[in-house]
Amino acid sequence: MLNYLIRRVGYGVLILIGVNLFTFILFFTVNTPDDMARLNIGGKRVTQEQIEKWKTERGYDKPLYWNEKEQGSEKATNTVFWDRSVSLFALNFGRSDAQNAIDIGHEIKTRMGVSLQLAVPLFILQVIASVAFALLLVFFRHSRIDFWGVVLCVLMLSISSLFYIIVGQLTFSRLLHLVPMSGWAGGLDAAKFLLLPIGLCLLSRLGGEARLYRAMFLEEIGKDYVRTARAKGLSEAVVLFRHVLKNALIPIITSAGSYLPYVFLGSLVFESFFGIPGLGAFVIEAITGQDFAIVRSMVFLGAVLYIASNVVIDLAYTWADPRVRLT
Amino acid sequence: MAGLSTRFAWLARLLMLACASLLGACNNSPYAEGAAANNILFNSFDERSPRYLDPTASYLNPETPYTFSAYEPLYGYHYLKRPYEIVPKAAEAVVKPAYIDKNGQRLPDDAPAEQIAESIYDIPLKKGVLYAPHPAFAKDEKGELLYHHLTRAQLGNKRSPLDFEKQGTRELVADDFVYAFKRHATTRIEAPIFAVFADYIVGLKDYGKLVKDEDAKLLAGLREDSPDKPFLDFRKWPLAGVVALDKYTLRMRIKGKYPQWKYWLTLTFASPVPWEADAFYAQPGMAENGLSMIRWPVGTGPLMLTEYQQDQKLVMKRNPNFHGETYPCDGNPGDKEAGLLDDCGKPLPFVDGFESIIIKERVPRKEMFKQGYLDVPELERPEWGVEFSSDADDSDDVKRLFDARGFKFPQTTDINNWYLGFNWFDPVVGKGDTPERQVKNRKLRQALSIAIDWEEGYQRIFRNRGGDAAHGPIPPGVFGSREGKPDGFNPVTHRLVDGRVERRPIEDAKRLLAEAGYPDGRDAKTGKPLVLNYDYQRTLTPELKSEVDWMVKQFAKLNIQLEIRATDFNQHQEKMLKGKEQIFWAGWLGDYPDAENFLFQLYGPNAKAVTQGENSANYSNPEYDKLYVKMQTLDDGPEKQKVMDEMLAIVREDAPWAWGYWAYVGLAFQSWVHNGKPSIVIRDQVKYYRIDPAVRVAKQAEWNKPTWWPIGLLGLGVLALVAVGWRSHSARQRATAKVRPAVAPAAGG
Repeated sequence: MLNYLIRRVGYGVLILIGVNLFTFILFFTVNTPDDMARLNIGGKRVTQEQIEKWKTERGYDKPLYWNEKEQGSEKATNTVFWDRSVSLFALNFGRSDAQNAIDIGHEIKTRMGVSLQLAVPLFILQVIASVAFALLLVFFRHSRIDFWGVVLCVLMLSISSLFYIIVGQLTFSRLLHLVPMSGWAGGLDAAKFLLLPIGLCLLSRLGGEARLYRAMFLEEIGKDYVRTARAKGLSEAVVLFRHVLKNALIPIITSAGSYLPYVFLGSLVFESFFGIPGLGAFVIEAITGQDFAIVRSMVFLGAVLYIASNVVIDLAYTWADPRVRLT
Repeated sequence: MAGLSTRFAWLARLLMLACASLLGACNNSPYAEGAAANNILFNSFDERSPRYLDPTASYLNPETPYTFSAYEPLYGYHYLKRPYEIVPKAAEAVVKPAYIDKNGQRLPDDAPAEQIAESIYDIPLKKGVLYAPHPAFAKDEKGELLYHHLTRAQLGNKRSPLDFEKQGTRELVADDFVYAFKRHATTRIEAPIFAVFADYIVGLKDYGKLVKDEDAKLLAGLREDSPDKPFLDFRKWPLAGVVALDKYTLRMRIKGKYPQWKYWLTLTFASPVPWEADAFYAQPGMAENGLSMIRWPVGTGPLMLTEYQQDQKLVMKRNPNFHGETYPCDGNPGDKEAGLLDDCGKPLPFVDGFESIIIKERVPRKEMFKQGYLDVPELERPEWGVEFSSDADDSDDVKRLFDARGFKFPQTTDINNWYLGFNWFDPVVGKGDTPERQVKNRKLRQALSIAIDWEEGYQRIFRNRGGDAAHGPIPPGVFGSREGKPDGFNPVTHRLVDGRVERRPIEDAKRLLAEAGYPDGRDAKTGKPLVLNYDYQRTLTPELKSEVDWMVKQFAKLNIQLEIRATDFNQHQEKMLKGKEQIFWAGWLGDYPDAENFLFQLYGPNAKAVTQGENSANYSNPEYDKLYVKMQTLDDGPEKQKVMDEMLAIVREDAPWAWGYWAYVGLAFQSWVHNGKPSIVIRDQVKYYRIDPAVRVAKQAEWNKPTWWPIGLLGLGVLALVAVGWRSHSARQRATAKVRPAVAPAAGG
């Protein structure tokens, strides 16, 4: 197990280097430091002198990858790529490019709390609702309930999440006046701002998830151990919950586990539409504002969380199925 | 077992209680309970928090509601009068400059500009003006500044000036303005207007070099990107062009004659900056904790920033030390009837503050305005009234709703425009390299200017972005403008028919096109169709695409094919800087209400592709340039009018722009918000707004009564489904294992 973990961490570091390099190349293929400076300084009366000053203050006056003017190892280290990458691996996210005042680490800490308030209940409810709905369909398999349930699933997964948001906002805020259309408040007051996005996000994902789980459960239900359980005289409900669910856990863990990074990183679309100041909204703002410091920090953090969640998923396999060995 | 059921019962009760309290608290208000009853103006901002609240750096529109509330420049504009009239703000009076020649001898006020070496402004300041409370001014018992020697540990996790136990203030003095003008030479933050100021303020250019050298000494050995930088104290180095004659008199020396200088003094670039604020924010850890003028202004304005939640919420509250100002008692004809003089002489500001929350999308913002939760949709954007008016025009139901709710959408035109530019360096639509080509290219531009029917496009089709068709580059309402006057039409594109100005017929454009060498849109020599490129500054959203498609149709009237080359803003900027565009879409939001601020966009030496100036078309005409230089130094009067008319005639004939339109400035207000008058020049408007919180509370309750019955219906539907499921389950449980054959076996089979 320990060997496995060490190896995974080693792979993880290599992946992070690759992700960091890839982000860097992609970002600077589309934007130049001059573009970033121009956008951040503002639209009117921008002079080249101001642009150069902006770049110097943020270290973008150096070559991106290779500094011909330097000697020895400084050719590689006295570059934008090196400066920006080394600090990331020390988890020092630094300050944003757009505004000197923003400490990215502080913003991530503050905003992660907000994102978690949206994502944790959503994650738990999503797993429970999808599994419950899928079990219900399997319980009533080959009946009209199953048929219309599957139709409903296909319908739900075919609709864009933006449609859910617009219809949800118009129905529950504009027509019924039950929840705010957009906004945020701290503490317990957050509940009324979270009800609608959680509900809509749940609904938008339910169809796809439930259909997937239903297929897994149906595959399990035809196996010998289920027949044996039934032959023992167990009720259908007990067969499903005690035997089928347990044996179908691995694909459920894989599917649910893939959402784990989003629990921390927030939802780009839902946070943006509902004015929730989480990490998802932070990323969107950084991209539109061409704030490379934030973009690379968030991509890096996302990659770390993906690697970590994959390790957690692997560990969870051993819990769900004792036959699985991590070597 | 009994214990288990007791635990479940307890849990169920708790859940029910939580649900009940949640449902009880359910309403669609985004604010805390009772917030509507406060004398606070609610509005929103989009995208993200304002970038700079530092008066030296702030130059973008979204920042202005905050900066103009926190700071008070020397001058401002009369809130109601149009054309705009400059009035004193921090200054005691608006002064006329004294002119001196190169020997320092005083010249008469009407001296020719070429004799004037310097214009001297001696500006008296109001006495007894105090800064808003701030820890930078707090003093201990000995009279020493309390928070000017903080260690990183003492600062701790303080992230707002209000986190400091003690706040202080002091009186505004002329030296604060001296410090502020010197600060434009800073190397520490963006100073977008330094280049302009350095051209006019005596000694500022050299002062910039001096500061750069001195700052380099201060920063020696420090990492360039280090957040903690030592205090750059501008008091150490004098600036010849800006000095304090005494505690309350500021002297500014401007090179030559520059009548537009007074307008710069209405912007927050001309706000006082106390040295204590710079020294305070330069302490270790301040920048890391987000404590700087970028976020936390220190000013003498009517309001002060009390809450700054990045990309979430900004709150400004009444500055308890504000020196006081009263609502104007005179305005334009019609203002009295519109109720705009009802508050004559009353002390400002009327509101106790304002709260801005982020709403990124247009739909939620419009809905929240309709629900009554936004008193004004956005303070900084002047187009919401135009959009709401357009919605009302499109639907009777919407109009009825708006009328019933008493929404107000006052609208006017102001000093902002949108136009289509032709790159002067382009061989087809530009100036042309030979005299013959120049004539032909001019005729092509004129033909296109006639063909683009701005009246149809932006008065009838795209009304949500509407405006009045422009006849030149000088905005209506400023001195010398002919826009909207009987003799003010552009004879190249329009004509007078039965006393009415109308666009020339398309036949005129076709004739000009033929004379340009493209009969029926084809090259007379090669027979190839004329294809032009439209370099659009943004990637096309569905909304923008309809406008671009409309433009394609305008060109198609002449059988000219318009190819769209839409890029993102950065690529577009790069293209413009290199002069690679052909036809482009651009606009200008005026800095101040003077024709010079628009005519300078056609001044040759300002060509974007040459000097990175604001002449995006790279237009150049020596005659025009000569007149521009002359016009720059003229005071408003017949001579300036004459020069402006000559300049107008030149550019109308040359047609470097298809003149586009003067975009409407339309604001949107709830019925309980009073004194709203649209303007894009006046940015300290919040202090003039008066609200009636009692009406707001009543209307919000009336318009937003929760409707619960659909939820009940939904619950019943779920119960019905459960019943069906239960029935199906029971039927299954009762079913036997034996399956009855569906069809009887055939006999003898």
